[in-house]
Amino acid sequence: MKKAFIFILFLLSFVSAFAQQPNQVEMADAFRSSGKIYVVIATIVIIFIGLAIYLFSIDRRLKKLEKEK
Amino acid sequence: MKFIYQTWWKVIAVVLILSTLITGLLLPVPKLPILHETIRNLYFHVPMWMGMLSVLSISVFFSIRYLNKGKEEDDMAAVECVNTGLMFYALGLVTGMLWAKYTWGEFWSGDPKQDSAAIAFLLYCAYLVLRNSIDEEQKRAKISAIYNIFAFPIMVVLIFVLPRLTDSLHPGSGGNPAFGRYDLDNGMKVAFYPAMLGWSFLAIWIATLRYRIRLIENKRNNIS
Repeated sequence: MKKAFIFILFLLSFVSAFAQQPNQVEMADAFRSSGKIYVVIATIVIIFIGLAIYLFSIDRRLKKLEKEK
Repeated sequence: MKFIYQTWWKVIAVVLILSTLITGLLLPVPKLPILHETIRNLYFHVPMWMGMLSVLSISVFFSIRYLNKGKEEDDMAAVECVNTGLMFYALGLVTGMLWAKYTWGEFWSGDPKQDSAAIAFLLYCAYLVLRNSIDEEQKRAKISAIYNIFAFPIMVVLIFVLPRLTDSLHPGSGGNPAFGRYDLDNGMKVAFYPAMLGWSFLAIWIATLRYRIRLIENKRNNIS
């Protein structure tokens, strides 16, 4: 009984999700959702990754100097 | 040159960037079609170019000073400024490509702004190649200083002047208004100016760190 109830619940939830699909042609794309805010987040991430890589390269150069002692 | 060993302006850089991370993401922005929230990239993509421009102009200053006085330190400062500037250059290009993908449709659409930015990037890569191809130290310093002085105005013209004369998708070019036009109540300036200043300071900070490492390397090489 419980299983059947859950089954129907899931089935119905699917139906409601299906019904809520918008009519526009806007294709599914995570980066274009929420007013494209994820593009901004990706930009910040790229900048931070670039800075991090650069810091590591400077760190390696300094380490070489410290080892020479 | 004492200020490169001081801390106060580095603290200012960190505080400014921290403030723009918060204000840039939270303050209201003009509501525009196509752009949507990506207009906030103005606080993160454009300051990369500002940082690049500030270290590259400092590099030109040291190149001129090297030609005047012939001090080895000035040459080293010029190189490290270009190294740092190229990093910010690459970040500006990549973030610009990402922004273009979601507003212009393609990562690289052959836009005049993109193309001339790529050409100027190669111009500065050629500077580093030229340096490394000359063995004699004084000759290397002199030739690369002259190259650097000529490369800078060409870069400025390629990135900031030529694209404005043709049709470009990039804001501020070819009858395409810059963001200042949309921002009628100047609300974006609260986050934008600190970002420009903060990232410039950060670029200079990184350049001074590299310069200080190079000073030690140079000292070691001269002793041994």
